[in-house]
Amino acid sequence: MADISCNFLGIKSPNPYWLASAPPTDKEYNVVRAFEAGWGGVVWKTLGEGDPVVNVNGPRYGAIHGPDRRLLGLNNIELITDRSLEINLEEITRVKKNWPDRALIVSLMVPCEEQSWIDILKRVEETGCDGVELNFGCPHGMSERGMGAAVGQVPEYVEMVTRWCKTHSDLPVIVKLTPNISDVRQSARAAHRGGADAVSLINTINSIVSVDLDAMAPNPTVDGKGTHGGYCGPAVKPIALSMVSEIARDSETQGLPISGIGGVTTWRDAAEFMVLGSGSVQVCTAAMTYGFKIIEELNAGLSNWMDEKGYKTLDDFVGQAVPNVTDWQYLNLNYIAKAKIDQDACIKCGRCHIACEDTSHQAITATVDGARMFEVIDEECVGCNLCVSVCPIENCITMEQMTEGTDPRTDKPIDPSYANWTTHPNNPSAVKAAE
Amino acid sequence: MTTNAGSRPDIQSNRLAEEDYSKNFGDIHPPLNTHEALVEADRCYFCYDAPCMVACPTSIDIPMFIRQISADNPKGSAKTIFEENILGGMCARVCPTETLCEQACVREEAEGKPVKIGLLQRYATDHLLEAGDKVFERAALTGKRIAVVGAGPAGLSCAHRLAMHGHDVVIYDAHEKAGGLNEYGIAAYKSVNDFAQREVDFLLSIGGITIQNGSRLGEEISLADLRQNFDAVFLGMGLAGVNSLRAEGEDLEGVVDAVSYISDLRQSADLSKLSVGRKVAVIGGGMTAVDAAVQSKLLGADEVTILYRRGQEQMNASEYEQELAQTKGVSIRHWVKPNKLIGEDGKVVAIECEHTETKDGSLVGTGETFTLEADMVFKAIGQNFVAAPLNGSAEAIELESGRIRVDEDRRTSLGDVWAGGDCIAGGEDLTVAAVEDGKVAAEAINQVLSA
Ligand SMILES: Cc1cc2nc3c(=O)[nH]c(=O)nc-3n(C[C@H](O)[C@H](O)[C@H](O)COP(=O)(O)OP(=O)(O)OC[C@H]3O[C@@H](n4cnc5c(N)ncnc54)[C@H](O)[C@@H]3O)c2cc1C
Ligand SMILES: Cc1cc2nc3c(=O)[nH]c(=O)nc-3n(C[C@H](O)[C@H](O)[C@H](O)COP(=O)(O)O)c2cc1C
Ligand code: SF4
Ligand code: SF4
Ligand code: SF4
Repeated sequence: MADISCNFLGIKSPNPYWLASAPPTDKEYNVVRAFEAGWGGVVWKTLGEGDPVVNVNGPRYGAIHGPDRRLLGLNNIELITDRSLEINLEEITRVKKNWPDRALIVSLMVPCEEQSWIDILKRVEETGCDGVELNFGCPHGMSERGMGAAVGQVPEYVEMVTRWCKTHSDLPVIVKLTPNISDVRQSARAAHRGGADAVSLINTINSIVSVDLDAMAPNPTVDGKGTHGGYCGPAVKPIALSMVSEIARDSETQGLPISGIGGVTTWRDAAEFMVLGSGSVQVCTAAMTYGFKIIEELNAGLSNWMDEKGYKTLDDFVGQAVPNVTDWQYLNLNYIAKAKIDQDACIKCGRCHIACEDTSHQAITATVDGARMFEVIDEECVGCNLCVSVCPIENCITMEQMTEGTDPRTDKPIDPSYANWTTHPNNPSAVKAAE
Repeated sequence: MTTNAGSRPDIQSNRLAEEDYSKNFGDIHPPLNTHEALVEADRCYFCYDAPCMVACPTSIDIPMFIRQISADNPKGSAKTIFEENILGGMCARVCPTETLCEQACVREEAEGKPVKIGLLQRYATDHLLEAGDKVFERAALTGKRIAVVGAGPAGLSCAHRLAMHGHDVVIYDAHEKAGGLNEYGIAAYKSVNDFAQREVDFLLSIGGITIQNGSRLGEEISLADLRQNFDAVFLGMGLAGVNSLRAEGEDLEGVVDAVSYISDLRQSADLSKLSVGRKVAVIGGGMTAVDAAVQSKLLGADEVTILYRRGQEQMNASEYEQELAQTKGVSIRHWVKPNKLIGEDGKVVAIECEHTETKDGSLVGTGETFTLEADMVFKAIGQNFVAAPLNGSAEAIELESGRIRVDEDRRTSLGDVWAGGDCIAGGEDLTVAAVEDGKVAAEAINQVLSA
């Protein structure tokens, strides 16, 4: 059986799944339940200084649902912990003592003043925790007070605060990045320059999840008004994966450990974050939707997949997909694929046809010899994958590579060699292919 | 009204406890609540040129009305339905969807579980009927008048479409209440809470339609007069005759026409007063046979047997209806025909039956017989069209296989007379088909009158 134990910055946990800093990690009670259920670690709900923040007393969450009210996206306007620092520190100390084999990271957010960070780091170190995570991500409430995303959005601040923490503490420092920026590499590079041991991403995305058309206000609505919140859950996974991959392949931050966060719901999501370079993953919405028991599926699925693939430890596959993430300009333009419909699997819903007919390339029939039948017209198919995306039946339409003959759409012979945009004749700044 | 209690034949009312009547005759498919409707609506793929829509005789835009339910617009959904089928509420309750739209649903092919189109249709239409909104406005009045004979699904559908186009309509119906078989024939558990009358009220709310109940073509009115006094005539008279068994003993007491028994049942204010035999035999293989059998059982009959002279596949009742009968405890015997009804003191007590087979393409008895005890025998071997009321006009309408011949537009051999529903040749004898006939005829009439 595969070994799924995790060693991230020397912090050991029995599996790579940590609960992200959020309500599931806000109290000893919840965290103990999580550890009993089998979670590998937690990032404690973000601590602040002084009197605790106050949350709204009305709804904090809004949601996007798929069929059957499956929760696809969650949005919240909650702040950092609203419990006193003393109680949190006392509980953290006790939990770490009782659960020495689990990872316990403490998330922090204090004003952008060196002394504030010095003070809180000292108190946190006394808990015996394994490391700290700097919350530079919270997109609402805290950023208006010059914290959270307000720091995370300015690379100079990220670097400065990270450096303070590295200077004043021996604890491993993980910098949690906000996705509410245009180029996440700038933030990651800044954290790296500041001496961060790792980055974690993503925090939540600025969002208005829906608008109440009767109240004429965003949801969740508090006494007639709403505000933008932070978006998370399955819907944000694609954004998070892309950001993780950008940091993993950036020449400046290559090799910087990453804790992947954003929409992890099943073992497969976790594996995807890991092959793109995440050494551990963090989970929030999935736990908040289904409870802690999902850890069993997360563990079993990962272990089973590793056995099937012959991976013995996490290191065997972490980062394996990074070399295959490239820029568009390096994709092979000589690669030709055509959609192919398995007529036995096809249920004749016609979605592939109407999608292609109305919005794309007119490459799928609706009738053949007068009968309802959906077939790809190779002369028109550009291999775009739209039909595959809209077909309700798994594997009914597949993209098949053409390896020989002529592409019936262009009448050009299939060229087995690799050629990309940088050398393409239509590219005004094309470079000559090497002789 | 207890007849010969304890002795043969045993025909009695009050067989059940009070509360069992309302339980037995409650809604057979309880309506979907909002949550169930949303979950079910999400299953629809919004197919292109949707097969379900092609299979619906009235061509309702099914993917569109389901999408409207998903998008929280049940009223708009109902309007989409009513645009093609103004009796969409009743059709949602009575259509054999398993042989129509739901059979064609791609999810039937995908996983053997079609989208529940009928129940979703009911969800949307109920919503609008309950809200009581007016959906259709009449076009500018044309001053043209059309006579419709029969206030069944065909006549009502035709009248509504004509009223929409701005014409005025008078419907003549022999019965006291409008609705045709919706009111007098459909099984009670398919149309509860007086739905047929509520639907008629909704339909008439468009205005421009008058119903004259209790006027029978061939008696109070004649086709010749209607042709004279109106710009066009639509005949939607259904089937007035009942096929006879042509077996000895048909006149015995206790041998009952299933359709008129069901009609009594539908009109009964107190089902406990309706008598039913302890042992009931139903002769026939269609929807009427199944309905008579199931409802007898629900009234408290002990043993109910359907006798059908051919095999299961040939039965007109759908597979689903046959299953329903069986789950309600009705036994169905195939390849059996009645030779003779046996009586005592003028009352039926048993049937002599003979097994049948097909030989050289025709149905013959095998010679092997048996006797089945029966306190009551229902005849449900089909209805036929009675053409007599049409006569008396100068020209006769052409018939085909005993029913009225029509062209694609549902126009009869008389240029100003259209017909639809069960009374025309080549029809399907379904509510939804009658609705389509009425609609098609109305469009054709409108075209002729606007030319
Ligand atoms: C017992 C039974 C159960 C059925 N169950 C179903 C079912 O579950 N689903 C389904 O789709 N179909 C069912 N059907 C069939 C369906 O009811 C008919 O196909 C449909 O009602 C036909 O509509 P119509 O308008 O042609 O005729 P009808 O509904 O028969 O209406 C004819 C109208 O014309 C009137 N009329 C007749 N003669 C005259 C006259 N001389 N003058 C004036 N008025 C006249 C009648 O009073 C009646 O109101 C069932 C039929 C029966 C008998
Ligand atoms: C209600 C709620 C509160 C959160 N509070 C914090 C917080 O205090 N500190 C923090 O770093 N992240 C916070 N997050 C962000 C999560 O830690 C995580 O980054 C985000 O939800 C993405 O992961 P997911 O898609 O698995 O939920 C919060 C998220 C939610 C839903
Ligand atoms: S989308 Fe898929 S199932 Fe539907 S018609 Fe196309 S190939 Fe067939
Ligand atoms: S009218 Fe009948 S056949 Fe047509 S969609 Fe509705 S339930 Fe199906
Ligand atoms: S065939 Fe089924 S899935 Fe397709 S549109 Fe009709 S109801 Fe929806």
